[in-house]
Amino acid sequence: MNELPQQLANGLILGAMYGLIAIGYTMVYGIVQLINFAHGEIFMVGGFGALSVYLALPTGTSLILALPIMLIGGIAVSVLVGVAAERFAYRPLRGAPRLAPLITAIGLSIALQQAIWKWYPGGNKARVFPQFKGHSFDILGATVQRGDLFVLIAAPACMIALGFFVSKTRSGRAMQATAQDRDTAKLMGINTDRIIVLAFAIGAAFAGVAAVAYGLRTGEVQFRMGFIMGLKAFTAAVLGGIGNIYGAMLGGVVLGVAESLATAYIEEIPGMQQFGGGAWKDVWAFVLLILVLLLRPQGLLGERVADRA
Amino acid sequence: MRHRSLLILTTAVTAGALTLSACGSRGDNKSGDGSNATVVIGLDAPTTGELSALGLGIRNSAQLAIDNANKAGEVKGVTFKLEALDDKALPNVGQQNTTKLAGDEDVLGIVGPLNSGVAQSMQQVSKQNNLTLISPANTTPDLTQGPDWRKDKRVRPFPTYFRTATTDEVQGAFDGQYAYEKLKTKKAYIIDDQKTYGVGLASSFKDQFTKLGGKIVGTEHVSPDDRDFKAVVSKVKSAKPDLVFYGGEYPASGPLSQQLKDGGVTVPLMGGDGMYSADYIKLNKKAQGDYASSVGKPVEELPSAKKFIADYKAAGFKEAYEAYGGSTYDATWALIQAVKAVVGDNDGKLPEDARKKVSEAMNKVTFDGVTGPVAFDKYGDTTNTMITAYQVDKGEWASRYSAPFKK
Repeated sequence: MNELPQQLANGLILGAMYGLIAIGYTMVYGIVQLINFAHGEIFMVGGFGALSVYLALPTGTSLILALPIMLIGGIAVSVLVGVAAERFAYRPLRGAPRLAPLITAIGLSIALQQAIWKWYPGGNKARVFPQFKGHSFDILGATVQRGDLFVLIAAPACMIALGFFVSKTRSGRAMQATAQDRDTAKLMGINTDRIIVLAFAIGAAFAGVAAVAYGLRTGEVQFRMGFIMGLKAFTAAVLGGIGNIYGAMLGGVVLGVAESLATAYIEEIPGMQQFGGGAWKDVWAFVLLILVLLLRPQGLLGERVADRA
Repeated sequence: MRHRSLLILTTAVTAGALTLSACGSRGDNKSGDGSNATVVIGLDAPTTGELSALGLGIRNSAQLAIDNANKAGEVKGVTFKLEALDDKALPNVGQQNTTKLAGDEDVLGIVGPLNSGVAQSMQQVSKQNNLTLISPANTTPDLTQGPDWRKDKRVRPFPTYFRTATTDEVQGAFDGQYAYEKLKTKKAYIIDDQKTYGVGLASSFKDQFTKLGGKIVGTEHVSPDDRDFKAVVSKVKSAKPDLVFYGGEYPASGPLSQQLKDGGVTVPLMGGDGMYSADYIKLNKKAQGDYASSVGKPVEELPSAKKFIADYKAAGFKEAYEAYGGSTYDATWALIQAVKAVVGDNDGKLPEDARKKVSEAMNKVTFDGVTGPVAFDKYGDTTNTMITAYQVDKGEWASRYSAPFKK
């Protein structure tokens, strides 16, 4: 049996999730040049938010009915935490040296993890996330789970909505202006503080969607899940060209597909057998990142920026 | 916050212990007067985090053994106390805990840990302090028989280390034999999580399975923190095995099993005692038909365990005793018996070098425990090689086959 369509589908689904999270890194970086390392945890709390909503619904509610409400719940929690992080952790440090907000981000990340660990009921181990029952679908030779369809629909929908927002609406154009030059944008009468909050909120909302997708796919949410996913999504953002929203999604998909293919095929290359398989997939993902950064330092879709200052 | 204070405490205790040992023995034996001495038994297990279901079962069972010993006056003039520490399944934390416990003169032994990888970091500290370490759950052969056991050059590296769980060499081989002879599977796919326990178990399974004539159609390694195994699943599917064997623990194998079945692999997943947990079934809606082995006989089926189960219920613990409840009770009881022997040899008092004497007495301890007769061989391993295979049936682990493993 040919494994290729299946592995491509696996990579695409995983990559779409990376891409959704990567949007948050890339938007925040594009506007305030801050790498929000707590973004992985904003993703994580979104998963717990959606789970809480599901648990609050009467038992026996069908998942397809519950899903929109869970999605709203997940997004709401993520956005709330994301905006609060911006307001209380990053804004006071706006004028500080770059390193200060970066370290704050790492501290915030640990704080959020520990908060879930300590205070969420049963949060110190994996919590079961609801999953769709029923058979999977066969699409072009690949088996796709019902839960995975969610991310395959949600990711493009989110991207189209975001693309429209950024290019066509007033706030979106204000966001582009702020990204290009914050001071000038401010002089032109744009409320840059509001735009920054908006960037955090949109990134967090996408992370909330990704968290629901993750829960549906793996059947669990746990307090540590944001770390690896956040790291991979950050990689995806850099891979695609940080600051570019389409680059983030492209980077995510490239990374996801690379991981799947590395797991399946590296060991079939003669002499590379010991470097193949699931154990080495992260290594190959980062090798890819290094190669891209060496050959195209601005990332796949990034623009060459001479000097921002 | 808790972590920071724990860290400060551990550092302080470590520093204190170093200072004390530099001063030499002060001969201050406050427990020597015999009338009412307190002996502290340390406990090290992951009571938080993903493996906490197993860890809390261990803590509660040890507490039960100690309460029973105190209630019955098992050792005259000695009151036992449990000091339970959380190792979060991390080797470095386990080591800090051992150092901390070693700093307290009243601690005469430690029950734990759960993870073989953690035990490796605790053994040296326990040996330096003559402090008995007895694990209810470690199964890596290297811990008792040295790194060269595969070449049959077995040397006991740590005279203070004992365990009531049998080794992966025995368990993995039992699994291999069970899979080939009882389940009639001929082609197995092996996955491990690259941890000490998982790799050891998987390799003993492979040895026995191929020795009997089975074929390994593929091997994979995953990261224990991974939850997305779809790429691995697709590989397994195209290899068409009769059985998938997983060397590792339930936090990863639960999602793995489910994704295998979602991905169209209909054969069961089999694992060792690290998979034998109620949480495995909770985390995995498609666990039906999966196998796991565990050391000893199912506690529920043993006449010797009736009292343990009743006592555990009566004590009103919030958490279940899980896979290692019985073996933890036995491990704790073995320590208590060793203390009893030492006190008995010393006219009913604790001797000056109680720690050393206790670790020596451990070698001679024999009694009928919850899991069967308890005794230790010259490596510190349990002489009881009883293993049971379980299968998930209607949301519960049902025992299928028990036998002592013989080559």
